[in-house]
Amino acid sequence: MAEYLVLIYEDEASWAKARPEESEQVMAGHVKFGTTHADALRGGHALEPTSTATSLRSDGAGGVSVTDGPFAETKEALGGYYLIEAADLDEAVRIAKDVPAIFGGIEIRPIRVFD
Amino acid sequence: MQVDAAVADAHRREWASVLAATVRVTRDLDLAEECVQDAYARALRAWSSGGVPARPGAWLTTVATRRAVDLLRREATWRRSLPLLVEPSEEPAADRLDVPEIRDDRLRLIFTCCHPTLSTDAQVALTLRLLCGLSTVEVARAFLVSEPTMAARITRAKKKIATARIPYRVPPANELPERVAAVVSVVHLLYTTGHTSPTGTRLVREDLVERSLDLARMLRALLPYDAEVAGLLALILLSDARRHTRVDEAGRLVLLADQDRARWDRGAIGEGLALVRESLRSRPPGRFPLMAAIAAVHAEAPDWVATDWTELVGLYDLLVAGWPSPVVALNRAVAVGFADGPEAGLRVLDSLACEPQLAGYSYRAAARADMLRRLGRVDEARVSYEEALLLTENETERAFLADRLAGLAHLSTGSA
Repeated sequence: MAEYLVLIYEDEASWAKARPEESEQVMAGHVKFGTTHADALRGGHALEPTSTATSLRSDGAGGVSVTDGPFAETKEALGGYYLIEAADLDEAVRIAKDVPAIFGGIEIRPIRVFD
Repeated sequence: MQVDAAVADAHRREWASVLAATVRVTRDLDLAEECVQDAYARALRAWSSGGVPARPGAWLTTVATRRAVDLLRREATWRRSLPLLVEPSEEPAADRLDVPEIRDDRLRLIFTCCHPTLSTDAQVALTLRLLCGLSTVEVARAFLVSEPTMAARITRAKKKIATARIPYRVPPANELPERVAAVVSVVHLLYTTGHTSPTGTRLVREDLVERSLDLARMLRALLPYDAEVAGLLALILLSDARRHTRVDEAGRLVLLADQDRARWDRGAIGEGLALVRESLRSRPPGRFPLMAAIAAVHAEAPDWVATDWTELVGLYDLLVAGWPSPVVALNRAVAVGFADGPEAGLRVLDSLACEPQLAGYSYRAAARADMLRRLGRVDEARVSYEEALLLTENETERAFLADRLAGLAHLSTGSA
C-alpha cells in the first residue's frame, strides 16, 4: 500500500458565484466520499480561500520575505485535500474520481517515503 | 552472417516476450533491460559456436532470467530502486513458453507502457523502447528529438511508473475496453507518423510503419477477440498495401486517384478485408473497424472512378457521430466532394472554417484548393495552394503542392 495526496484545485471566482444548490451538492458529495472511502481515508481538509493566504519566500540574502496572497497566482487554486491510502495508482485514480470538483480538477501526488 | 540474421530476427520477434518474462523476475525495468541486452549479446557468441537453438525465444528468456537472478543475489543492485508492482502469478514460471502466463506477461508490459497516467509522448517512447527493443538513439531519431531529450523522457516515465506505483498488470475486464483503446491509439500514432512523415524529404518512414505493423500483429495474437485490435491491424494492412505506389520512381507523390492499383499488395489487402469483416461483426461498430472499413472501400475499388463515395460518406457519418473530431469531419467533406461534387464538398468544408484545430492544418487548405481547382475558381485555388504550402513541412508533399500550383496557370488560359 502507498499514500497519495489528493489535491483539489478549483476556480475560486466560480465558487463565489455558485448557486446554493451547487454548494449543497458539493458538500453532499464530500460526505458521500467520506463514507464510501472511509477505509482509504487518512485525512483531509477544506481550505479558506487564497485571499486569506500568506506566503513566505526566501529573499536570497539569508532572510525571509512575508507577503499577502498565495504562493502562485493561478486560475485554479488549491482549495482542499485528502490524504488517502491505495494499493497503486489505478486504485488512487478510482478513489479520486469520486472527489467532487465541479469548478476545477484533482491532482494526485504520491507521498514520498524516505528509507 | 547467418547467426547475425538469426539474432536480428529474434530481436524483432522475441524482444517483448523475453523482456516481459524477465521483468517478472527483476521487478525493475532498467535491470530487466540490462539482462535482456546481455542475453542478446551472449546469443551472438553462443549461437556462432553452438548453432541457433530451435526456440531462440526460450533460449534468450532462460539466459536473461538466469542473469537477473544472479544480479538480484547481489543486494546492492536490488535495492537501487523501487520494485515494480508485479501481481503474483498463479503458478511458478515453467520453462514452457507457450503457456497463457507468457501471453499475460507481454500484455502487462503493453498496458504499463500505454498507461493513461503517462503522457502520450512517454507512452510512445516506452512502447518503442520496451516492446520493440529500440535503443534510445533509435527512438530519438524516430521522433526527431535529441538523444538526451529522449533519454530524459524515458527515464522520467520509468521513474513515474515506479514512484507513483503504476501497476504492472492486465487491467480488470471492466476497464479493458478503455485501456485497449489507449494501446491501439499509441500503435496507430506510430503508424500515422511513419505513413506520412511530418517533416523531412521522405514521404514514408518504413521503420515506423514496420514496427507498428509488428505491434498490431502482437496485439492481435494476444487479444484475438478484440474488435478494435482487429480493426487496427486491418487499417494498417490496407493502407500499407499501397505503400509502394504512393511515390513514383523519382520520389514524387502519387495521389490515390493515380496510383497503379495492380501494384497494391493483394496479400495484405486480402488479410485486411477479412479482418474488417470480422471486426464489424461487433455492434455498434467501433472506431478502428470503421476507419478500416473506409480503407477497405478504397482497396476494393478496381479504379478511382469506381470508388463508392456514397458508402464512404456513410462510413464517415458513423465515425463523426461516434468520435467527433475536426480531422474526421474534414475527411468527410472530401468524400462529399466526390460523392456530390466539389460545390457540395466546399460547402461542408467551409462550414468547418471556425474549427481552431483545422486553422493551421495543411490538409484543410490542400482539400479546399483541390475543390476550387475542380470548380475552375483558379484565383481562389491559388491562394489555398499557397496556404497549404506554408503549412506543409514534408518535402515530398511540398513538391506535389508546388506542382499543382504551377498547373493552375494552364487551367486559367485553356480552361476546359
